[in-house]
Amino acid sequence: MNTLLVLPILVPAITGACALLARRSRRVQRVLNVLGATVLFGVGAVIVFQVHTQGILTVQMGDWPAPFGITLVADPLSAGLLAVSGFVALAVAIYALAGIDEARERYGFYPLFHFLLMGINGAFITGDLFNLYVWYEVLLIASFALLVLGNEKEQLDGAVKYVGINLIASASFLSAIGILYGLTGALNMADLAESMGPVRELGLEPVVAMLFLIGFGIKAALFPLYYWLPASYHTPPAPIAAIFAGLLTKVGIYSLLRIFTLLFPDPSGYTQGVLLVVAGGTMLLGVFGALVQRHVLRLLAFLVISAMGYVVMGLGFFTTLGLAGAIFYVLQDVPVKTSLFLIGGLMERETGTSEVGRMGGLYEYRPVLATAFIVPAFSLAGLPPFPGFWGKLTLVQAGLAQNQWVIVGVALLVGLLTLLAVAQVWGRAFWQSPHVEDLEDFGAGDSWGVRSLLQGPVVVLSLVLFVVGCYAEPLFAFAHEAAVHLTDTGPYIEAVLGG
Amino acid sequence: MEQITAIVSGVMLAASFYLLMRRSLLRFVIGLILLSNGVNLLIFTMGRLTRAQPPVIPKGAKLPPEPFANPLPQALILTAIVISFGLLAFTLVLVYRYFAAGRTIEADDVRTSESDAPLDVDDQARRLPA
Repeated sequence: MNTLLVLPILVPAITGACALLARRSRRVQRVLNVLGATVLFGVGAVIVFQVHTQGILTVQMGDWPAPFGITLVADPLSAGLLAVSGFVALAVAIYALAGIDEARERYGFYPLFHFLLMGINGAFITGDLFNLYVWYEVLLIASFALLVLGNEKEQLDGAVKYVGINLIASASFLSAIGILYGLTGALNMADLAESMGPVRELGLEPVVAMLFLIGFGIKAALFPLYYWLPASYHTPPAPIAAIFAGLLTKVGIYSLLRIFTLLFPDPSGYTQGVLLVVAGGTMLLGVFGALVQRHVLRLLAFLVISAMGYVVMGLGFFTTLGLAGAIFYVLQDVPVKTSLFLIGGLMERETGTSEVGRMGGLYEYRPVLATAFIVPAFSLAGLPPFPGFWGKLTLVQAGLAQNQWVIVGVALLVGLLTLLAVAQVWGRAFWQSPHVEDLEDFGAGDSWGVRSLLQGPVVVLSLVLFVVGCYAEPLFAFAHEAAVHLTDTGPYIEAVLGG
Repeated sequence: MEQITAIVSGVMLAASFYLLMRRSLLRFVIGLILLSNGVNLLIFTMGRLTRAQPPVIPKGAKLPPEPFANPLPQALILTAIVISFGLLAFTLVLVYRYFAAGRTIEADDVRTSESDAPLDVDDQARRLPA
C-alpha cells in the first residue's frame, strides 16, 4: 500500500481543518498556510520523482480491489499537474500573506484556500469517475465561498454567473456518468475503458462524449461556454483570482484529456471535428476579447480562455506529438497564468487603478515588477526563449504533420494577436509616463517587508519559467512520456486493474 | 415502469431548461433544483427498476435472482442529492444577498461586474455591510 498518493489530498485537508480550528489567531493561520503549501509542494515533487523512476503509481482505497473500490492513480500527467499546482499554491500562499486584507483572513480565507487545493488535487489523482464528480463539487463549493469572500457587489454579481453555470456543468457531467454506469456497470475509469462495448453498440458514444465535453468545457471555459469567466475572475482579490486562473480551468482541461483519451480513444471524425472547431473558437474569441479590454484583470481573464484553446487543439489532433504539446503547454500555463494575475493585482495596487490606460510609470518606478511581467506575458504570446514558445511549436508541428492547415493558421494568428494584447499592456502600463511627478507619490506606500512578500513569489515564478524556457528538454521529455501514456492506455489500465 | 420514469425525467429536464432561460434569478434557481432532480431520476432509471425484488444474493449463489435492480445508482443518487442540497442552499443565499444588495433579481441587470465604468481599487464604498 502506497500511502504517498493519499498525501496530496490529506495535507491540504489537515491544513485547512487546523486553520479552521485556529480561526481566532491570524498568526497561527498564516504559519499553517505557508507550512501546508510547502509540504504540499514537497509531496508533489516526490510523486513526480517516483512516477518518473517507477512508472504509474496506484493505491486502492481501503484495500478494496479495483474496480470495486476507489483507486488513486498517478500517471505522469497527474503527477506533473500535482507538482505544478503545489508550486503555484506555495507562491500564492506567500503572496496572500500580504495580498489578502485582514477581514478576509478573519472570515476564513486560509481554510477555504486549502480546501480548494484539496478538491483540485483530488480531481487530478482519482481514478474513479464518480469520485471525480465529488472532487469537482469539493473544489466548486470552496471556490464559490472564495469568490464571494469580502462581500463586494461585483463579487456577488460575478458569483451569480459563476455558480449558476457551474451547477449546470455538474448536472451535464453527472448525467454522462449515469448513462455510462447504466450501460456498462463500471465507474472505475480503467475498467470503463475496457467495457465501453455496449455504449458503442448502442451508438450512444457521441452523446456521452458531448455531455462530458459540455460539462468539462464549461469548467475549462471553452468556446462557446466561456462567458462566465471574464465576468467573475476579476472580482476577487488578486491571490484568489490567480489560483482560479492558474488551476481551476486546468482541472477541466485535465479531465478532458483523461476522459477523451481513455474512454473515446477512437478519433472518429465527429468528435475530432467538434474538438478542433471548439479549439479554434476558444483561441480566437478569447484573444479578441482581450484586445478590447481596458480592465487589466479582465484582459488577463480573456487570455486565460485563449490559452485553453491551444490545449484542446492538441487533444483534437490526437497524436502523441499533439498530446505532448498540449501537456507541455498546460504544465507551463499554470505558473504563467498564476504569475500574470498576481502581477495584475500588483499593478492595480501600485497605481491605484484597474484601467490599463490610466496606469503608467511602472517600468520607471517598479523595474523588478516590470522584468517579472515580461517572462509570463511573452511566454503567453509564444516568443522564444520562453516556455510557451516550445509548447506552441510542438502543437504547430503536430498540426502540420496531420495537414490541419486551417487550425494551425488560426493558432499562429492568435499567437500574433496575443502578442499585440500583451504589448498594449506593456506599452500603456509600463512604458507610459507616470501620472505623478515624484517617485515619493508613486505606489501603495508598502513597507519593504510587504513588498518583498508580494514581489518575491512573482519573481520566483518568472525565474523558474525563464529557466524552463531556456532549458526545456527535461520538461518536454516528461510531457512526451505523459503523452505516450495517454495514447497507449494499456499500462494505465494494467496498473489500475492488475495492481 | 422504466419508460414512465424516463419520460418524467425528460419532462423535468425540459422544464428546468425553460426555467433556466427565464429572466428572473429566482426562476433560474428553481430551474437548477429541477435540473438536479431530473438528472438524479435519470441515473435512477439507468440502474433499471424492479418492484419488490431486493437485490439480495441467496446462499450459495453468486448473483441475485433475475430480474434485479442495481443498488449502486441509488447510492450514487444519495451522494448527488446531498451535494446538490448543499450547493443549492449556497445558491439561494447568494441570490438573496444579491437581491438585498441590488434590490433586483432581473437576470438582465446582473452586470455590475462587467460595467464599462472605470474601477478604483481603493474605493471602500463598494464594500457592502457584512
